[in-house]
Amino acid sequence: MDKQKDIAKSIRRASIKKNWAMFKQSKLGMIGIYIVGFFLFLSLLQPFLFVTGIWNKGIYDPVVGYSEQFQDFLVVDCPKEYPTEKYKSRTDCPARNEINIRTLFYSDAQVGETIYQNLQPAPPSKKHILGTDPLGRDVFSQIMEGSQVAFILGLLSATLGVGISTLLGTIAAFYGGRVDAYLMRQSDLILMLPTLPLLFIISAFSELKVWHLAVVLGTIGGLGGSVITIKSQALQVKVKPFVDSARITGGSRMNILFSHVLPNVAPLALLFMVFSVTGAIASESVLSFLGLLNIDMSWGLMIYLAQVEGYIFSGMKFWWLILPAGLSVTFLAGGFYLVGRGLDEVFNPRLRKR
Amino acid sequence: MKNNLLEVRNLEKYFEVSSGIFSRNKSIVKAVDGISFDIPFGSSLGLVGQSGCGKTTTARALSLLDPKTSGTVNFYNEETSSMQSIDELEGEELRKFRRNIQMIFQDPYESLNPRWNIKDIILEPLNIHNIGNLKDREEAVYEILKTVGLTPPENYMPRYPHELSGGQRQRVSIARTLIMKPKFVVCDEPTSMLDVSIRISIMDLMLNLAKDLEVSYLYITHDLAVARYMCDRIAVMFNGKIVEIAETEELLSNPIHPYTKRLISSIPIPDPSYKRERYELDFSELDNIIANNSDELPMAEVKSGHYVATHDVKGIL
Amino acid sequence: MKNILEVKNLCMSYSTIEGEVEAVKDVSFSVKEGESFGIVGESGCGKTSVAMSLLQLQADNGKITNGQILFDGKNIVQLNESELRSIRWSGISMVFQGAMNSWNPVVKIGEQIREAIREHYPDKSKDENTNKILELFNIVGLDSSVIDRYPHELSGGMKQRAVIALALSCDPKLIIADEPTTALDVVIQDQILNEIRKVQEVLGLSLIYISHDIAVIAEMTDNMAVMYAGSIVERGPTKEIFSNPRHSYTKSLLESTPSIVGDKVKLKSLDGEPPSLINKEPGCSFAPRCPYKEESCNPLREMELIEINNEHYVDACNAGKL
Repeated sequence: MDKQKDIAKSIRRASIKKNWAMFKQSKLGMIGIYIVGFFLFLSLLQPFLFVTGIWNKGIYDPVVGYSEQFQDFLVVDCPKEYPTEKYKSRTDCPARNEINIRTLFYSDAQVGETIYQNLQPAPPSKKHILGTDPLGRDVFSQIMEGSQVAFILGLLSATLGVGISTLLGTIAAFYGGRVDAYLMRQSDLILMLPTLPLLFIISAFSELKVWHLAVVLGTIGGLGGSVITIKSQALQVKVKPFVDSARITGGSRMNILFSHVLPNVAPLALLFMVFSVTGAIASESVLSFLGLLNIDMSWGLMIYLAQVEGYIFSGMKFWWLILPAGLSVTFLAGGFYLVGRGLDEVFNPRLRKR
Repeated sequence: MKNNLLEVRNLEKYFEVSSGIFSRNKSIVKAVDGISFDIPFGSSLGLVGQSGCGKTTTARALSLLDPKTSGTVNFYNEETSSMQSIDELEGEELRKFRRNIQMIFQDPYESLNPRWNIKDIILEPLNIHNIGNLKDREEAVYEILKTVGLTPPENYMPRYPHELSGGQRQRVSIARTLIMKPKFVVCDEPTSMLDVSIRISIMDLMLNLAKDLEVSYLYITHDLAVARYMCDRIAVMFNGKIVEIAETEELLSNPIHPYTKRLISSIPIPDPSYKRERYELDFSELDNIIANNSDELPMAEVKSGHYVATHDVKGIL
Repeated sequence: MKNILEVKNLCMSYSTIEGEVEAVKDVSFSVKEGESFGIVGESGCGKTSVAMSLLQLQADNGKITNGQILFDGKNIVQLNESELRSIRWSGISMVFQGAMNSWNPVVKIGEQIREAIREHYPDKSKDENTNKILELFNIVGLDSSVIDRYPHELSGGMKQRAVIALALSCDPKLIIADEPTTALDVVIQDQILNEIRKVQEVLGLSLIYISHDIAVIAEMTDNMAVMYAGSIVERGPTKEIFSNPRHSYTKSLLESTPSIVGDKVKLKSLDGEPPSLINKEPGCSFAPRCPYKEESCNPLREMELIEINNEHYVDACNAGKL
């Protein structure tokens, strides 16, 4: 029987190789994998840097770190109307090395003097690759923390959602009749609900932490439209001869459901899972941006802070507060989508180019 | 004198079809419209007909996949040594009874679960009916793989269906079907999707196993030549009814019903020098038989064991 | 009589992620005017690939790597796409496998055929085209009302007849029919085969008939070729090959075909499977399964067709055997 195990192992290896070769053929899928891989690397990099001591937690912690950068500032009085000969528009005053006298509360400095102040938020420098945020925290560290949050949130909610919808869809297909009718109506109802406003309402009633949000997103997603699609796939499997064969042999309905139908619906479910991660990441950033989530740090939260402190309207002056976070959301969500596209080509032979 | 394994009387399977807007009009499709036949132990019956004639529906009804609309189907019950109707079986009894009926499907690519390996596929019937212990079951799988020609068995047991060819997959289907030693196997065109050179090996395998295990086949096919090779008797189906039934050689040398004659005369012969006679529809012989059918039987016996249907086919042929 | 088609040493392969698949290897045959030529073989033997290469309709990853295809004396392998288009349908046309299911379901049959005619004869009027179509329908045995019907209103047999009419619509000199009657009932198949024969006689067409069913080839063709694993193993007049099959594969094929006439004989089948064509090894591809192996068998020797009788060619290995 050992020979069997060897053969089984080598077969598994060969089929993994083959699937990987097929996946590699899809350019979109490969781009997606690189993107996702890059962010995965980022999320693992941060704890690594802390554990090995390369980064001092006091300075670089994304939530409670604090970094000081002092420099000389020229005190100016920003005019009320623009353009003037020194400044082209409102955003140009104060310039990088200047400070508006109106923002000085704890100093007696006068216009024209220089004072030694802490630069917050600090632009990218050797010490902080992406600069610091208004509270002196390293932005790059925040991006990595946000990456961890995105992955956990995305995968958790996707797994939960797909688990629910696969189970419900298969049950609907298999038992038909009233069970099916009920599940389809439920699905329609949930499809109808606007997700974001629903999330707003939920956040009003209870405090949403990361895993709360994951459960909520997962449940709503799982009970919604994907049930219908999985059901149709399960229906297709149900009429295949091997299911008939199991019925003739005398298998019970439960047995057939779990050991025959479910495993054949799984590839489609996997596909859904990857796509729903996209939605989860996007939802989180919207909610954080609106300040509705109780999370310590995430990409959406970074943009929220930037907006609350007024930096969003500064144009490109404080780009490191907005661009990295925004681009990360876009790229990671898009990356998962592309991986899904690549997987689609592996699972759906008709899309393959050869 | 052989006992009958199976007796079918007036089997009917109707489907309701709704058409029109809002599914207002419901019409009935008589897929199987009253057929009767017997299958003795260890003998095989071929059910021949063109697509849509009802042969697959009959197969599904007899293998208890879809419930019949009406008619009686009696199987021989070994415990009571008498014929028993399948309607009387329920629950646990029905499950035990299912050991005796199996089906081999046409499509080798869709009749095995692509996610299971060969060992599990063949094990499944043993697991469902709790036969023996795990070691016994694995040994049985090993033995049957040898019997169907998939040697060495260790090479095949861990593999998945997509790694096997069509012919090999059908052998797996046969192994799985026969591991329970059923008495009755319905074969739904098991070789029509296989290459010609492999068909005979599969058919020979089935014939040998039938002899060794005393299995009766209901062999469904559209190919009369294949039915000739596999079956002792042939029933020709048309439009939901059996139009003629007789022993194989008798049917081929002495067909009586116009449909059978037309069917036989349309089959191409693998011999360029053979002159095939085109058959012109001629109802005179059938009319004669119907006229002599004073008892109004649905099937008239024209010779011993050779029956011809007496219903009117003039409009539909 | 003149050769309408001459295929010389045709080689075609597909490139896939698993390697090069040599689907057609060194295939040569010729078809005369008015002749019916059959190609018989099992799945994967290359017969459909040969058909597709004749019109250069092979898949994107397939390429003709060697050989000539002379249609009416002119080599069509090197032609560019627009030159090929002028030959397709008006020189050589094709009835594909499963063609009856590829009718556009939302366009009437007559309009779809008119489309084909317009491509090649853009100057003809609508009436001329309609008349042409009615003529064709007459030949294939379709009622004239079919011209205004949609595909779903027709039965399988009628759709297939319409496909044949479509193939004839631009007056081709040669038709390639690839399994035109699978999935049809035996009675309808008989009628369609009759129509094809009639069409051939009336219009003087050449026909290449491709099938796995050796009985149909026996009845429909004047000359035939037997293909295995991408190459022709035996070629010659149909009657000659059936009465005097020389290649082991041909013999096995004939011995494994059940028939309803004659005595009931025990048939012989072949062991094993056709070889994989991916990165194929050189040499005789049938050797592993050959039931007539002799001591002189050298599996590494390449195949080579030599003539043993009038126009009857067989691989050199079998030429010496009885």
